[in-house]
Amino acid sequence: MVTVVHENLEDTDAKMSARDVSVYYGDKKAIDEVSIDIPTRYVTAFIGPSGCGKSTFLRTLNRMNDTIPSARVEGDIMLDGEDIYKSGMDVVQLRARVGMVFQKPNPFPKSIYENIAYGPKIHGLAEGKEELDAVVEKSLRRAGLWEEVKDRLQDSGTALSGGQQQRLCIARAIAVDPEVILMDEPCSALDPIATAKIEELIDELNGRYAIVIVTHSMQQAARVSQRTAFFHLGKMVEYGRTSDIFTNPLEQRTQDYITGRYG
Amino acid sequence: MSLTILLLLALGLGLAGWLAARARAWTFRKASPTGRLASLPSYHAWYVALWIVLPVLVFIAIWSAVAPGLVTQSVLAAPAADQLPAFGFQRQTILNEARAVATGAAQGVFNPLAREFVEPYRDALSFYNWIGIAATLVIAFLGGAFAFLRLKPDFTARTRVERIVMAILLGASLVAILTTIGIFVSLVFETLRFFGMVNPIDFLFGTHWAPDPMSNPENPDATRYGAIPLFWGTLFIGAIIAMIVAIPLGLMSAVYLTQYANPRLRAWVKPTLEILAGVPTVVYGYFAALTIAPAIRDLAVDLGASNPSSESALAAGLVMGVMIIPFVSSMADDSIAAVPQSMRDGSLAMGATTNETIRRVLVPAALPGIVAGVMLAISRAIGETMIVVMAASTAANLSANPLDSMTTVTVQIVAMLTGEGSFDHPATLSAFALGFVLFMVTLGLNFIALRVVKRFREAYE
Repeated sequence: MVTVVHENLEDTDAKMSARDVSVYYGDKKAIDEVSIDIPTRYVTAFIGPSGCGKSTFLRTLNRMNDTIPSARVEGDIMLDGEDIYKSGMDVVQLRARVGMVFQKPNPFPKSIYENIAYGPKIHGLAEGKEELDAVVEKSLRRAGLWEEVKDRLQDSGTALSGGQQQRLCIARAIAVDPEVILMDEPCSALDPIATAKIEELIDELNGRYAIVIVTHSMQQAARVSQRTAFFHLGKMVEYGRTSDIFTNPLEQRTQDYITGRYG
Repeated sequence: MSLTILLLLALGLGLAGWLAARARAWTFRKASPTGRLASLPSYHAWYVALWIVLPVLVFIAIWSAVAPGLVTQSVLAAPAADQLPAFGFQRQTILNEARAVATGAAQGVFNPLAREFVEPYRDALSFYNWIGIAATLVIAFLGGAFAFLRLKPDFTARTRVERIVMAILLGASLVAILTTIGIFVSLVFETLRFFGMVNPIDFLFGTHWAPDPMSNPENPDATRYGAIPLFWGTLFIGAIIAMIVAIPLGLMSAVYLTQYANPRLRAWVKPTLEILAGVPTVVYGYFAALTIAPAIRDLAVDLGASNPSSESALAAGLVMGVMIIPFVSSMADDSIAAVPQSMRDGSLAMGATTNETIRRVLVPAALPGIVAGVMLAISRAIGETMIVVMAASTAANLSANPLDSMTTVTVQIVAMLTGEGSFDHPATLSAFALGFVLFMVTLGLNFIALRVVKRFREAYE
């Protein structure tokens, strides 16, 4: 079965592009020949029922699947035209360019300041205390968290509320100045108010970074993304403008999913 | 022998009660219109069985403490008792001989007087045996009847059995605690006796340790009971040299096993390390005394030391450090593995290397657990006896040179208790004071370690 890609997509400048990517866990095929272009200036949403492989595919984009010993990736994934799975690829550099935010907020058990400063420190992005302070402030401002935490930067990051923790994790990802930010169901552990704040933040970050978001919520995909890919049973079924996918899907299975027939 | 009979009797009666009660519960069940009881028949059965066995066990425990005294008393009522010597030790020997013949453990007697007591002993033993059996039967019957008569279709046997079982479990957990308290009390008692003879200040802060078990016990020379060299030797060997070996090696092995080793290797190495913790310390002692200590002595000679001791603090400390590695590595391994995978993922996703992730995220997050492991290891090391007895000397030197011979608290406890002094001599009693100090220190270390572990647990839940 071939993926249906809508023809009215004019984004020629793909930040990342996948070609015939398959992922195996041991003998089990989790992703089956997915090809997609991730545009530079838009938010791309991956939707689909649980277990459809959207998170697995997301994790191939910054090689986080490397940490799972049984996982194996076939096919090509390009970042600015460079194969990220070629031998000699520096995974550390790749992950600095393609950051990630996880489903459950996972701040380090360190102070808020240290959480943000962690990335710039290990990548040597800031020289001296003043420059580091500036990076921390800029990242927290950009994540919309500065006003809430500026007086308690030395408090533990784990003491923040769930929504604040997740914005801290986004700020942490921003601090190393990535080109792409991958978000794996970033709101699934949050309440509606915290979710709204994260969505607002995604809107603000849109354009500055290429953003890919995996989400369970079709409303969320409709609200925050401009491109949507629908995954089902390890295959990418349909890919196009978010507005087209939700109002005028070309595939019956996409239609069934977004109208709530399953999933 | 009579004890075995009583125990078997109790179990047999318990089994009978169990079967009878279960049969009765089944008849309830047949008669009941719904075919249901408040509790399953087996709970009725256990209820009756426990009511038979537990009172009997309590009786047996009391009886086995009381019966020998009763037997002796009735034997001493025999006419031949007038001829017994008054001195306790001789008297006891004769009675023991008679008793051994009466129970069939011995054939003949050395002391002709003992022959007079064989018959009275035999009579008394069988008399009290029968009384024991009769009392067991009566108690079992009373307990069983009480329980059996309470059985009814709506009797809540299950909750009662569960309550009894809970009490038994509580008792089991109290045994260890009560024993510790008992040890502590006896230790305190002997320590106070020692401090009645030697001033605690002289003991705790004196720097000269040379107790003389042959001196006059009435007027001990307090300046010879200064324990500082022992405390220093213990700290130097157990907490400094051993930890310099154990902490880095244990930590590195934990990091390797949790982060780098492939699962198949880990499946081998981790259990092997934990087996090391079970090697008897006397085996390490041989190794320290026969291999390491001479090697260190030779090394010292090569380095130009004029007359190095063959029993150095370094030898004991090094081997003790190796012994402690599994404790440190096992605790560190557990606490690093307990850091959530999401922390590791978060760090790796920032573009951190495995090395940076370990140093900057995993180890700091696991630090409380690691610290607790080190504390437990130290308390284990300073309480360790066999290695230092075999590899360290008994000379109490206050020195910072690891090649010097040194002694530790535990070595001196052994030396003093097995020495030539009489039991109430201050030199012997000093062993209890040393043990008391050691007990308090390890207790304190374990207490701190447990508190640290507890705080650590809260961090991720």
